[in-house]
Amino acid sequence: MKKIVIIDYGLGNLRSVRKGLEHAGASVVISSDPSEIMSADGVIMPGVGAFKDAMKNIAGLLDTIDDYVNSGKPMLGICLGQQILMSRSEEGGETTGLDLIRGEVLRFPHSDLKVPHMGWNSITMNQKHPFFEGIPDNTYVYFVHSFYVDTGEKNTLASCEYGKNFAASIVNDAGNVIGTQFHPEKSGDTGLKMLRNFVAIC
Amino acid sequence: MLTKRIIPCLDVTLDEAGGTVVKGIEFVDLRKAGDPVELAKRYNEQGADELVFLDITASHEGRSTMIDVIERTANEVFIPLTVGGGINSIEDVRQILRAGADKVSINTSAVKKPQLIKEASEIFGAQCIVTAIDCKRNTNIVDNPDITILELEDGTPAWYEVVIYGGRQPTGIDAVQWAKKVEELGSGEILLTSMDRDGTYDGFDIPITKKLSEELEIPIIASGGVGNPDHMYEGFVKGKADAALAASIFHFGEYTVKDTKEYLKEKSIPVRL
Repeated sequence: MKKIVIIDYGLGNLRSVRKGLEHAGASVVISSDPSEIMSADGVIMPGVGAFKDAMKNIAGLLDTIDDYVNSGKPMLGICLGQQILMSRSEEGGETTGLDLIRGEVLRFPHSDLKVPHMGWNSITMNQKHPFFEGIPDNTYVYFVHSFYVDTGEKNTLASCEYGKNFAASIVNDAGNVIGTQFHPEKSGDTGLKMLRNFVAIC
Repeated sequence: MLTKRIIPCLDVTLDEAGGTVVKGIEFVDLRKAGDPVELAKRYNEQGADELVFLDITASHEGRSTMIDVIERTANEVFIPLTVGGGINSIEDVRQILRAGADKVSINTSAVKKPQLIKEASEIFGAQCIVTAIDCKRNTNIVDNPDITILELEDGTPAWYEVVIYGGRQPTGIDAVQWAKKVEELGSGEILLTSMDRDGTYDGFDIPITKKLSEELEIPIIASGGVGNPDHMYEGFVKGKADAALAASIFHFGEYTVKDTKEYLKEKSIPVRL
């Protein structure tokens, strides 16, 4: 059984991610212990809340995260957990991120559209990746966020339209760090399939 | 394209079965509708976009039952779950989120201590704080700068008064101003229920729904009065709501979530099917 560690840095409801992964057949540990993280087959970077708090809470794990990512094993960042993979964010004043993927996190501009972008929206696949194996184009997934990731084509796996086109899912150059702005663990059967795909590549 | 959300609401009460879904008319006269976890699974299979549980007993004993119901539901249903009813403190919010809810809905306590919204939003994030606003039409137009006068369907001027304790107590607070205030305090969403319509099958209260949808930047969930899928259509088109909540029509088998969505899709409302 694959061992997946959900990095616990004090933010967010980890229960549904955990249940989703268990549903996908993984053994799940929620931990902030570096040795646990390094021994994992796959790591989840969860997160809801504010970018600055997330970076502050995770400060002690930066070397561990680098070592883990350099080992080539898969990591999945979800929602804010995706955003902190980026170089920087404009949320709460300019804040530096993990810089695992080049790009920045921006707020949706003020317009007629509601912010947060909340609910089920369809995503367009831009690149093939085993994470999206068997997932049809234009599938619906659940979003809730006020900031979005702005990155290059090369690092965009899937995109979504909400007033503007933004990255719904991203990948690093090496292909082992992926992120989703949406919540697979809240996206019904489609999301569970993605979590199964993730466990399969771990 | 972002779709309009259809949200079945389960009013849960404590009984010897350990939690039963009930539904009343104008918040009283409750009928039994079934086991909450089973209903949640059924609605998930029908394509519900989210689920709302309201603990309408909200007593101390009710709370632990509710925690159990949330845990059992969250273990099996992988769509967003909002829980409300008797949430009174940061500790209550924490407990409910920890049990597996994605959002909490705060109603009476928000009126009594608005700081709870602000604090909860700062700690847990705006995305999980829903403020529930129950309101009632008031056609007694007094000369008061603190009320927002809207025009009802027949042209009568009226303002909407916030009511609390499950609709039993009027507060004198203007619903439009209160909604703006809770947005400022950090609510991520508003669940708007018209007491005049709740359980009536007469359709959403359009004037207040439209006003809040236009005035606020956060999403508005319309609630109270749905009797058929066309009422949902009106809520989205005339009321400009982002999501529509309904209980009775789903519980008592009049329409499934899927029927409702197919109807809406035919009328060009974006829905997830």
